[in-house]
Amino acid sequence: MSAVLPSALPAPQTPLQRFVEEFFESRIATLGFVLLAAVVLVALFAPLIAPQNPYDLAKLDLMDSRLAPGEKGIGGATYLLGTDGQGRDMLSAILYGLRVSLYVGVVSGIIALTLGALTGVFAAYAGGRIEQFVMRVVDIQLGFPTILVALILLAVLGKGVDKIIIALVCVQWAYYARTARSAALVERSKEYMEAARGLGLSGTRIVLRHLLPNALPPLIVVGTVQVAHAIALEATLSFLGLGLPPTEPSLGLLIANGYEYLMSGKYWISFYPGVALLVTILAINLVGDQLRDVLNPRLAK
Amino acid sequence: MTALLQVEGLVTEFAGREGRLRAVDGVGFSLARGEILGLVGESGSGKSVTGFSIMGLVDAPGRIAGGSVKFDGMELVGMTEGELRRLRGKRIAMIFQDPMMTLNPVLSIQTQMLESVLAHDAVSRDEARRRAIEALGLVGIASPEARLAQYPHQFSGGMRQRVAIAIALLHRPDLIIADEPTTALDVTVQGQILYEMQRLVRESGAALVWITHDLAVVAGLADRIAVMYAGRIVEQGSTTEVLDAPLHPYTRGLLDSVPAANVSGGRLRQIPGMTPSLAHLPTGCAFRDRCGHADTACGEIPGITLRGSRQVRCHHPL
Repeated sequence: MSAVLPSALPAPQTPLQRFVEEFFESRIATLGFVLLAAVVLVALFAPLIAPQNPYDLAKLDLMDSRLAPGEKGIGGATYLLGTDGQGRDMLSAILYGLRVSLYVGVVSGIIALTLGALTGVFAAYAGGRIEQFVMRVVDIQLGFPTILVALILLAVLGKGVDKIIIALVCVQWAYYARTARSAALVERSKEYMEAARGLGLSGTRIVLRHLLPNALPPLIVVGTVQVAHAIALEATLSFLGLGLPPTEPSLGLLIANGYEYLMSGKYWISFYPGVALLVTILAINLVGDQLRDVLNPRLAK
Repeated sequence: MTALLQVEGLVTEFAGREGRLRAVDGVGFSLARGEILGLVGESGSGKSVTGFSIMGLVDAPGRIAGGSVKFDGMELVGMTEGELRRLRGKRIAMIFQDPMMTLNPVLSIQTQMLESVLAHDAVSRDEARRRAIEALGLVGIASPEARLAQYPHQFSGGMRQRVAIAIALLHRPDLIIADEPTTALDVTVQGQILYEMQRLVRESGAALVWITHDLAVVAGLADRIAVMYAGRIVEQGSTTEVLDAPLHPYTRGLLDSVPAANVSGGRLRQIPGMTPSLAHLPTGCAFRDRCGHADTACGEIPGITLRGSRQVRCHHPL
């Protein structure tokens, strides 16, 4: 970010151009990016792509239940990835499930990032007792097993997309707060912070305009990893029967639904949603790894 | 001449593992409008902390433990943060050492300049922009309109320091504290910046405290020189007097350490020993372990001796 370019060069690359170029230097990261883009597009346009609306119970035919991948149903439709116990087309269910999983992961990630980043950055700027207090709260939060906290919260709150987002934000904000604080501590000791204070700017302004934007790169990296975590955690919670209602299944719930048929050789009900989950998380992690490498000043070439 | 800035008995302490260390210990000087004071000393002599103390920018674990800083009749020591903030950037500006670091890398020059105008004056953005362009022109930046939209990484070191100076000049401050602003620059660029600063101070009538370790810089720039050693001002007087006939052995040593003062090819002279750590200062005169003139009298902290308009803290002034 802070590499010095002589201003005499005819057209110096903007930081964004340099970032894009460095990001796509790695083939595996490019693959991750393509996979992620595909997953996001498929999830966004699920209603247009999916052969069936899996939420419309009237469209489901119990006679079509548990068909193997490629078999034809009574209505003449071919189920490419088979059907589940209620005769739901697995391909459609997975596409819609991806939507739910990504939505929950990204929305909870954005809220947790905002809350955590503000907490961490203000704590770092305030210093002293306030900082100590906030960071001990963060330590306590991180000391609890994530899944336990989420389970308890969901047991109290009940089911629903909004509830699971609240639970995920509660277990994740602390990671962002810790990262934001450490990044802000590094930035706070830099001279431009002194300069900003020397200009007579207010504390809030210094934190929001000067400290926060400079602390963002590590937060973006943590953000991608945490979104992947959130998606996995949501799947786990849904698998355990908490979280999302069975009428709007996420990937985790689809896996759970197929679990009872696994032993009877009907692998596809659990297997394909599992593959979709795996690809999504893998893609996010590949992108996150490369972001970390590109944004890390210590690894800069 | 009424003093714009009057510093008396300033003490700034830092609480650390080795107890309270006095980074600034009884510093006093005064400065009139349009005057340039060179505050000279080695690293760790407390010259930068003096600058920060005047600005009220000393952070925990440091604190101003005593003394007074009067600026235009107002006492700055003990002022609330809000009152200080109204002065900072508006009437007292600071320029920092490293031009690579004083500008925020993620904000454009325009954003940073407008921000400092609007922090103190309720003017329109157009008016703020006009002022920013004017300030950039003042410090010799070509095509300031185009430069405003750029980011710090598109500027060279010297240009960035010019921008930092332009930001400091936005409100036409009465007092500018410059903390080694040319140390990180090439000598040619340093010369240009020094020339510009001298011109700007003369034109605007601002007072300037120039903090540096480089005697050559202050020789051409400052009206008066204050030499700091281990938190105290050991000698102060007009530039010509101090440089031509130093009274304190430490000033003499500093002058002798400048290679140009010696015969070419001859052995370079130096001050024996090292700058003492604040935690292990010798009792009495802090310089006595390195001083050729030291005797038993130096076990006592020397008081300030007046010689005409000059001050020296030494039992055996030269």
